[in-house]
Amino acid sequence: MKAAVVVFPASNCDRDAAVALEQITGHKPQMVWHADSEVPEVDLIVLPGGFSYGDYLRCGAMAGQSHVMRAVKEKAEQGVRVLGICNGFQVLTETHMLPGVLMRNAALKFVCKPVGLTVTETQSVFTRHYKAGQRVEFPVAHGEGNYVADTETLDRLEGEGRVVFKYAPGENPNGSERDIAGILNDKRNVLGLMPHPERVCDPLLGGTDGKAMFESLLEALS
Amino acid sequence: MTAPHTAITPELVREHGLNEAEYARIQELLGRDPNIVELGIFSVMWSEHCSYKSTRFHLKKLPTSAPWVIQGPGENAGIIDVGDGDVCVFKMESHNHPSFIAPFQGAATGVGGIMRDVFTMGARPVASLNALRFGEPSHPKTKHLVSGVVEGIGSYGNCMGVPTVGGEVNFHSTYNGNNLVNAMCVGMAKADKIFYSAARGSGNPVVYVGSKTGRDGIHGATMASAEFNEDSEEKRPTVQVGDPFTEKLLLEACLELMATDAIIAIQDMGAAGLTSSSAEMADKGDSGIEIDLDKVPQRETNLTAYEMMLSESQERMLAVLKPGREAEAERIFKKWELDFSVIGFTTDTHRLVVKHKGEIVADMPVTALSDAAPLYERPYITRAPASGTPEFDATRPVMTSLLKLLGTPDLCSKRWVWEQYDYTVMGDSVQQPGGDAAVVRIHGTQKGLAMSTDVTPRYCKADPREGAKQAVAESYRNITAVGATPLALTDCLNFSNPEKPEAMGEIVNGIEGMGEACRALDYPIVSGNCSLYNETQGEGILPTPTVGGVGLLKNIARMATIAFKRDNDAILVIGETKGHLGQSVYLREIEGKEEGACPPVDLKLEKKHGKFVRGLIEAGKLDTVHDVSDGGLLVAVAEMALASGIGAVLRTNYDPADFIPTMFGEDQGRYLVALPEKKADAVITAAAKAGIYVRHLGFTGAVSEMGEPVLQGVGLPAVGLETLRSAHENWLPSYMNN
Repeated sequence: MKAAVVVFPASNCDRDAAVALEQITGHKPQMVWHADSEVPEVDLIVLPGGFSYGDYLRCGAMAGQSHVMRAVKEKAEQGVRVLGICNGFQVLTETHMLPGVLMRNAALKFVCKPVGLTVTETQSVFTRHYKAGQRVEFPVAHGEGNYVADTETLDRLEGEGRVVFKYAPGENPNGSERDIAGILNDKRNVLGLMPHPERVCDPLLGGTDGKAMFESLLEALS
Repeated sequence: MTAPHTAITPELVREHGLNEAEYARIQELLGRDPNIVELGIFSVMWSEHCSYKSTRFHLKKLPTSAPWVIQGPGENAGIIDVGDGDVCVFKMESHNHPSFIAPFQGAATGVGGIMRDVFTMGARPVASLNALRFGEPSHPKTKHLVSGVVEGIGSYGNCMGVPTVGGEVNFHSTYNGNNLVNAMCVGMAKADKIFYSAARGSGNPVVYVGSKTGRDGIHGATMASAEFNEDSEEKRPTVQVGDPFTEKLLLEACLELMATDAIIAIQDMGAAGLTSSSAEMADKGDSGIEIDLDKVPQRETNLTAYEMMLSESQERMLAVLKPGREAEAERIFKKWELDFSVIGFTTDTHRLVVKHKGEIVADMPVTALSDAAPLYERPYITRAPASGTPEFDATRPVMTSLLKLLGTPDLCSKRWVWEQYDYTVMGDSVQQPGGDAAVVRIHGTQKGLAMSTDVTPRYCKADPREGAKQAVAESYRNITAVGATPLALTDCLNFSNPEKPEAMGEIVNGIEGMGEACRALDYPIVSGNCSLYNETQGEGILPTPTVGGVGLLKNIARMATIAFKRDNDAILVIGETKGHLGQSVYLREIEGKEEGACPPVDLKLEKKHGKFVRGLIEAGKLDTVHDVSDGGLLVAVAEMALASGIGAVLRTNYDPADFIPTMFGEDQGRYLVALPEKKADAVITAAAKAGIYVRHLGFTGAVSEMGEPVLQGVGLPAVGLETLRSAHENWLPSYMNN
């Protein structure tokens, strides 16, 4: 599996994503600079966490307008898998590659902690190595992760099996509607999620629950 | 007052924080009257904040070298060797006054400033810590300050993508009008890629990179060198505004440039901005500098020379390049969308020359700003230390007191604070907040850096010398408790007004006590700062010489943590418990007294106990260790239980008169450890052989009839961990949310 990690100004989980990818796939991903207008031939594009463009204006808004995102969008339309983590999820909603928006956390504070998640959908290249209904724990670290969409969109996401991760009952850290933590696009090749799977791929860092996501991708894309 | 030809009046001199004698000395050094720009430059360079004029004489008493120290105080940050070609670069700095006036921006720019000090030396920041002291919770401003400071630290550190992994938060009424924000940054660099600030050579281009210069922060260093009064809040315009996005770009751009060999010297523009960076670089390089302010990137129109020289706009650096490398450097900074401008060159004149609009607006010998800065041996009085053994009510139920203590502002869980900081970014935080020391793995290796910030200000008030020793000793213990070898310290010496002999006595005795402990523990000070004049309307803060320790963990697979690991482990106390209640948290919170002698520190025992515990951890014989400090033995046991969800039963068959002092006394030099019972005998025997006092305190794994983990003992009715947890966790969120 070949992977690329997009680097925006003030991305700050680009290295973490690269380390996790290399650890699981055995290959270093290519790092792609935001000003580049082309994305190399890869099987997976990761939009990492961070504060792209300082999150000024709105989280992910300026990154959404970058050269590289036009290329990422084209690749996604061709079926290339795209994984947006945290700020990457915000960029995906800003570019309308995923529906809905990520608002300020309900408690109006940045929150960093491990959070229990339920894997609600395993019929995807991102989650096939998980068991349906499995509880996993990923850290969150964000100030704007409160997922909001209209009722119709929420019903459709749930009805079409596109809600992949939900915060476990009582553990919703940000006020997201229907406890939504991660969603797929309608073609099921783009996943955005607020929690950080790349930060739980090493037992010394508090768990390995994130590995199954990269292993799912590795199996599907090799 | 900033027109170039403003007349220099005695009022103007006073407004610049200079006294008559100092002004006369300036006239003598220049051989003429200074103009307004020069007066401004002298004012900041001779401020307490920049010149250390009250403390320089005494700071020489601190040990600053060791075989593993590569750079001691005097550079942007200290550097120690951590082996395999890697070095650790670290420093702590105060941002107290700005954080009181504008808590969010003050704290944010404190974090930004200390990060620049670290990455200007070629290091990538890998961890942040913050030691925070606020006024009493009931004071009307405290909640607002806590909220703003924590949010400011988080906003800056989180955006930078540097994990904030540790620190401390305490409350005391003496900080009501003067909170303390001490920010520490730790970075990693390669030993052959360290960058210094000495602007050597003549004719080399001086370049300005980063953000544009504006009017923010003018005279910040002078403000930080005066006591507070009722008008202090009007000084808000002197607090800088931070932009972590630009700083993140500046970090990446600087590291990219540093990968080339184009740089001769580099320094961040911190306090006193362009003035101190240019003067200090020329001074260290034994050269001169000539700069043209017309070439400085400017955010506002009509900035005067005075304003540009004194601006403390953030996210700026000054570098001296090898001639001919400007284009290469400019390409890198343009890629990161940052300003880049050649603003001058180095000279061999040993003078700082500043031009603006074709006119020379300042021209002075560099040494006038450094070596010739005032040096005071201020008079001081050494107060008799607080003494005596306070009385206490021996009939109070111990378990009830424990529950109360766990929910006090100083001992409660600080989760509400650290959950606002990203402590897991960078993927190396192997020991997260809540333990004795934070541990960050050295990227790509199996080694770790252990870090902690420490000081117990109430001990320092009772006895400045013993209290400062204790700060160093506790740092040594916290680093040791995770299994690391303490290597070096950075310090933030927060004191009140040095012009008052009693306060000066606290400073002198504090520094001397600190020096004594550092020497005894082979734990030198490699960087730091002093923050004086921490007083408001005549009331000084508790003396608060904060230390930030760094240690090396040889193998992260053998790291110890405070959480109990198994049922039926023996719980041992290493070090003797005499029951020292003087100046304890128990005495203050339960008896309402801040009295008595503070616990004495036996540095020989500290070292011996530390070596013993570290040896066991390194040998893989011990994985559960907790330093015994604030709150004493029972609080420490409760913290170990809470961190694990495993209960404990204690063999607490003490005489009533000894029970409370044993449980809550704050005797120094102690560690709580837990290990399987069958291995405990060997440890007890080894301790006895080494002449180390050890006591078998009980076992892990107690549960109630309902199966709930509990803490219990002789004279200690069983209390469920969830009850203890509620007490421990609830205070801070409920205080902040109501």
